[in-house]
Amino acid sequence: MLDIVSSMRDVPARGDGGVIKIAILAVGGQGGGVLSDWIVDVAERNGYLAQSTSVAGVAQRTGATIYYIEMCPDKGRLPVFALSPSQGDVDVLVAAELMEAGRAIMRGFVTPDKTTLIASSHRIAAVSEKIEPGDGRASSAKVRETAELASKRFIAFDMEKIAVQNGSVVSSSLFGALAGSSVLPFPRETYEATISASGRGVKASLAAFGGGYNGARGRGVEITHPVVPGGPDDQAAAHSPVSSATAADGAEPVENNGPDVEGPRRLVAGWQELTARIEEMPVPVRDMALRGLRKVVDYQDMRYGEEYLDRLDRALMLDAEEQGYALSIAAAKHLANALCYDDMIRVADLKTRSTRGARVRREVGVKDDAILQTTEYFHPRVEEFCGAMPATIGSYIENRPKLSAFIDRRINKGRRIRTDSFTGFAMLWMIGGMRRWRRGLLRHRVEQAHLDRWYDLALATVPKDYALAVEILNTRRLIKGYSDTHVRARSKFDRVLSALPMLKGRPDAADWLRRLREAALKDEKGDMLDGALKTVATLGD
Amino acid sequence: MAERSFAKEVEKLRLGEGEEFAGEGILAITKALLQCGVGYVGGYQGAPISHLMDVLADAQDILGELGVHFEASASEATATAMLAASVHYPIRGAATFKSTVGTNVASDALANLASGGVTGGALIIVGEDYGEGSSIMQERSHAFAMKSQVWLLDPRPNLPSIVQAVEHGFELSEVSNTPVMLQVRIRCCHVHGKFIAKNNKRPAMTVADALENPRRDTGRIVLPPASFLHEKEKVAKRWPAAVDYIRKNGINEFFGPDAGSVGIVMQGGMYNAVIRALQRLGLADAYGETDVPLYVLNAVYPLIDDEFLTFCEGKDSVLVVEEGQPNYIEQAFAAMLHKAGRGTRLVGKEYLPVAGEYTGQVMLDSLGAFLRAEAPQLLSAEIRAPNKMGGGEEIPDLSKVVPGRPPGFCVGCPERPIFAATKLVEQELGKHHIASDIGCHLFSIMPPFELGATTMGYGLGPASASAFNAPEAKRRSISFVGDGGFWHNGLTSSIGNAVFNKNDGVIVVVDNFYSAATGGQDILSSRANNRTKSTQHPITKAIEGMGVKWLRHIDRTYDVGKMQATLKEALTTEEKGPKVIVASSECMLNKQRREKPLVNQAIKDGARVVKPKFGVDEDICTGDHACMRLSGCPSLSVKSLDDPLRDDPVASIDQNCVGCGNCGEVADAAVLCPSFYRADVVHNPSGWDRFLDRMRGAVIGFLQRRRERRRLVFADA
Repeated sequence: MLDIVSSMRDVPARGDGGVIKIAILAVGGQGGGVLSDWIVDVAERNGYLAQSTSVAGVAQRTGATIYYIEMCPDKGRLPVFALSPSQGDVDVLVAAELMEAGRAIMRGFVTPDKTTLIASSHRIAAVSEKIEPGDGRASSAKVRETAELASKRFIAFDMEKIAVQNGSVVSSSLFGALAGSSVLPFPRETYEATISASGRGVKASLAAFGGGYNGARGRGVEITHPVVPGGPDDQAAAHSPVSSATAADGAEPVENNGPDVEGPRRLVAGWQELTARIEEMPVPVRDMALRGLRKVVDYQDMRYGEEYLDRLDRALMLDAEEQGYALSIAAAKHLANALCYDDMIRVADLKTRSTRGARVRREVGVKDDAILQTTEYFHPRVEEFCGAMPATIGSYIENRPKLSAFIDRRINKGRRIRTDSFTGFAMLWMIGGMRRWRRGLLRHRVEQAHLDRWYDLALATVPKDYALAVEILNTRRLIKGYSDTHVRARSKFDRVLSALPMLKGRPDAADWLRRLREAALKDEKGDMLDGALKTVATLGD
Repeated sequence: MAERSFAKEVEKLRLGEGEEFAGEGILAITKALLQCGVGYVGGYQGAPISHLMDVLADAQDILGELGVHFEASASEATATAMLAASVHYPIRGAATFKSTVGTNVASDALANLASGGVTGGALIIVGEDYGEGSSIMQERSHAFAMKSQVWLLDPRPNLPSIVQAVEHGFELSEVSNTPVMLQVRIRCCHVHGKFIAKNNKRPAMTVADALENPRRDTGRIVLPPASFLHEKEKVAKRWPAAVDYIRKNGINEFFGPDAGSVGIVMQGGMYNAVIRALQRLGLADAYGETDVPLYVLNAVYPLIDDEFLTFCEGKDSVLVVEEGQPNYIEQAFAAMLHKAGRGTRLVGKEYLPVAGEYTGQVMLDSLGAFLRAEAPQLLSAEIRAPNKMGGGEEIPDLSKVVPGRPPGFCVGCPERPIFAATKLVEQELGKHHIASDIGCHLFSIMPPFELGATTMGYGLGPASASAFNAPEAKRRSISFVGDGGFWHNGLTSSIGNAVFNKNDGVIVVVDNFYSAATGGQDILSSRANNRTKSTQHPITKAIEGMGVKWLRHIDRTYDVGKMQATLKEALTTEEKGPKVIVASSECMLNKQRREKPLVNQAIKDGARVVKPKFGVDEDICTGDHACMRLSGCPSLSVKSLDDPLRDDPVASIDQNCVGCGNCGEVADAAVLCPSFYRADVVHNPSGWDRFLDRMRGAVIGFLQRRRERRRLVFADA
C-alpha cells in the first residue's frame, strides 16, 4: 500500500489530494467565527495552507450558522479549495450544541466512513421548544443515538459547562476538544500558541481549552454517557443516582430516605408520626407520598399533611398491587400539587425565606463584598385581593361587579417590591404570615371545592375503569400559572374532562384522555385540544 | 460605530509592492481599490459587503492620506448616483452594495449612469447574497447588467482572482466608457486567503481637482437627442470595445486539455465547486489540473462569441453551469451555436437544478449525471456505475426531531418589548393588519410573536400598508419601519406618503440608534459622536417636519406598559391622519460591545457599579412558559427540575442575561406571574451601601429566623 502511494507521488493523483475539511455548526453568538479563525491559525502555524468561509449577516442573530475550513500541507502551490461543505465529504464536524450536531447529520455532513463528530452535548432550546405550555423540547437521546451511528467517531460532552466554569466561551472548549481528538496532525502546543496569540481573555480561554482537551481524551468528564439536562426522555435518566450526580443546573438529588428536617421538637415529632404512616404504605407509593407530604407540610402545616395522607388513603384503599399502584402514585403527586395552589401567601412566603436569598446570591453569582438588591414584580388584581379575603367578604365583593371594578381600579397595577429593603420585605413577610388564616380565605374554599370534585370523580371511576381514573388524576398537570394563565389552564382542564361522557364505556377511554391532555399542552389557547375534542366527539359515530 | 472594528485589519491596506496580504475577501477588494488609484468610494451596507463599508469607515486616515473621498451613502441609489463623478472627469470611482436588493434600489441611477457612459472607471461591487443563509429574494444581478448594458464580472472565488478583477474592471470601464459591475458571492466575500500586494496609488485626479476645474458635455446628459445617440453608442462603440478588451486580456480562462468530446462552461464564481466535483469524480487533482476542458467566464456579460464557438469546436456536448434563474447565459450560448450552424449539443438546466444554490452535492450529482451520459469513457468503472452502498445501518431521519433555528432577536434586544406590547394589544383589541419592513424587526414574523403579513422593501413598511386606508373600517393598520429604513427612503416613501394621502394607520418607527441588522453602522439619528459623519438628528423632528400631527416618542422601549398604552391609544384615538410612534432604545448588541469592557474595567478599578440581571424563582414558576411566548429571548429558557412532583420544565435565565428588564416588564404588563426577580449587584459598594445593607440584613434576618424557628424547615426547601 505504502509503495503504491509513493510511486504515485510524481504523477498528480486525481482527487482533492488529501484536503482536510472541517465544518462548524453553531448558534449565532457562540463564537463560531473565533473558532474558525483559530483553526486557520493553528493550521498555518503547522505549515498548512488553509481557507475559511462563513455566511455572516442576519443569520448570526441567534440563528444556526455554518463555518467551513479546508486545509492541506503547503507544497508551494495554491490548491483549489471549495467554499462550502459537501454531503459525505466532511472530515471533522464541530457542533457547538447538540441539536446542531443533529442538523449536521440531517444535512448529510456526517458520514460513518469519514466524519469525526465533535459536539458539545448541552442544549440551547430553540424558540419552538420553549413556547409550548408543556414540555416541547426535542429528544437529545435520539440525536445522540443517531450520532453514534452516523459518525466515524463521536465525541460529546458538555463543553459549555467547561467554558462557563472557566469564565470563557464554548469556542475555547471546542477548540480543546478538537486538539484532544488528535484528528488534526497538530501538536497541542500549537493550538495553545494560537490562543495565546489571539490576545483577549487568553487565560480563561486556555483553561477552557484544557478542559475540552482532557474531555476529548476521556479525562475529567464522563464521556460514555454524559447527561444532558434536556428533553423528556432524559428525565428518567436524570433520576437515576448515577446521572443525577452529574446533572447540570445545580439541581441537587433528593435522597430517598427522607429529607433532613429541623424545627421545634413538637413539630418534628408530628412529622415523624406522619412519615410513619407512609412507612405503612406499599413500597412503590412511598417515595412520591413522602415528597408530596413534605411539599404540603412546607406549604401549610402539619394538619394539612394529615389531610393529604387521609385523602391519599382513599386512593390506596381502592388500589391494587397488580396495577402497580399507579392510582396511588398519581394521587400522591397531583393531590400535593392541588393542595399547594399558588396564591399570594405562598409566593410571599417563598420569597422571604432565608434559603431563597442564598439561592439568588448563588445563581446571580454575587461575590462576598458585593451587595445584592432584589426587586420582585407583582401585579395583583381584584381576583387576588378577594382570594386573600375571608370567604364571606371575598365572595360578597366578587358578587358585586361594580364594587369589584372599583377595587380593581385601585389595586390593579404593577408593583415592584424590593425584598432587600425594610418595607418591601416586611410587607411580603406579613403576607406570608397570613398562612395561619389560609383555611378561612375565599381562595382556599374555591380550591378545595375544585379539588374534591376532581378527586371524587377520579375515585368514583376506579371500579369502572382503573386506567381512566389514573388519567383523570393526571389531568391535574394542566393546572398551572397565575391570573389569566391560570384561568386558561382551568378552562383546558375543564375542556379535557368534558370529554368523559363521550368516552364513557370505551375500552380506550384512558388513552383518549391522555391524548387530550397532551394536546392541551401543545399550545396556549388550546386549539389543538379543541381539534382533538372534535375527533373524540366523532368517536361514537 | 460598527459592530465589528477593523482598526487592526486596515493596517494591511498599507502593504506595498511584493508584500503578502492575508485576510478576508472583502478586505482584499478594498486593498485592490487603493492599488488601482480609486478617487472616491461609497456604498450602502448589507451582507455580504457590510464589512467593505466598515473597513472603509475604519480606514479613513489611509484614504485621507491618498486623497480618496469616502461616502457612507444614504442608499444604493445615492451610491450609484455618486458615480456621476466619473461621467465627465477621469476619476476612478467605486460603489458597493448588497445585491439584488441594492441593485433594485439603484436601478434608476444605474440606467442613467449607463446611458451617458463614463470617462473615469466606474466600478459597482455587488455582494451577492444568494442561497443558504440569504435574507433576500433570489434574483439575479445578471438581469440588471443586461437591461442597463453594463458589464458584469464574476471572478473565480480566490483572492488573487478577485483583486485582478478589480484592476480589469476599472480598465474595462474606461476603454468601453461603461460602468462595470463586479459580482462577489457571500462566501467569497468572507473567504480567508492571500495575495501579493502592490503599492497604493494616489488618484491621478482627485475629486478636489475636479471641483476646481468643472467640466460639462451636453452629449453625456440623458435627455433626447443625446440619449438616442447613447443607445447607438452602446452597440456601435462600447460593446465592441468591451469584447475586445475581454478577449485581448484573457479575462475568461481555459483549463484542461484543448481537445475533448465534452466541455464545461461556467460562471467564474462556480469554478471551485466544479473542480471539487471533478476531483470527486476522479477527473481533477488538488490544484485544478483536469481531464475535462473548462471555459471559465470571469466576465459573464458581455459574452465573447468567438471564444465560445472555438471552445465548442470538436465537442459533442457542452454543459453550462449557471447558477440562478432565468438561464440567460445558456440561452445566449444556445443562440450562438444555432446561428453559427454548429452541431454541438448545449445542455445546462437539464442536468443542473433550474433554481437554487449549486452546493457541493448538487454539483457532484449534476456533473456526474452529465459525464455518465455524455462522456462515460472519462470515468472510472466504479464512478460510471457506482454500486449502492449496502449493508450499512440506515441513519434515522432526524428532521422530525431537530428544531428549526431561524435568526431572532438577540439577548436583551430593545425591539422585543415593542412586539411583546403589540402582541398584548392584539390580545385586547383583536388581530390587525400588520405591515413589516426590512431590518432586525422583521424577526417579529417568527415565533413567538408571529406579527406581520408582508415585507415590501427597505423603508417601505408603512408604504405597503397605504392601501389600507378605509375610514369605514373599525380597525387601523399597523406598520413598522426601522430607523435604517426610515432614513434610507422611509421618510418620503412611507411617512410623507401617509401624511399626503391622509392615511389613518399607525406607524411604529423602531429606532435602535444604528443600521443594526447590517452590522451597526451609524445613520443620521445615531446618538454617538462620529468623527467624520454628522449624527444626532432626531427622527421625531424629521417626522414633525413631514407634517405628522399625532406623534409619540417612547425613549425606553423596555417600558412594555407604556408601549402597550401608547399603541392602544394610537389605534383608538379620534385623531385623523397617520399616528406615528417612535420607539427608541439602543441596539443591545452594540450597547454591550461598547459598555461591557468599560463596566468590567470600572469594577476592576474599584468604582461603584450596579449590574442588573434577571432570575426566576423556580419554586414559584409553574412551567406554563407564558413568559416565553412573549419573549423568545435566548437567555430565557427552560430547565428540568429534579422533582418528580413537577412534570413540566420551568423557566430559567442563564448567565448571558444583560438585565434589559423585558422579562419583568412583560410579567407585569401581561399580568403573568411573580416568579421573575431583578437582582442588582452593587459592585464595590460605598460605606453607606454597606451600612444600609447591614441594617437591612439584621432586620430581615431577625424576621426570617423568627418564622423559621417556628416551622419545620426541610433541607434545600
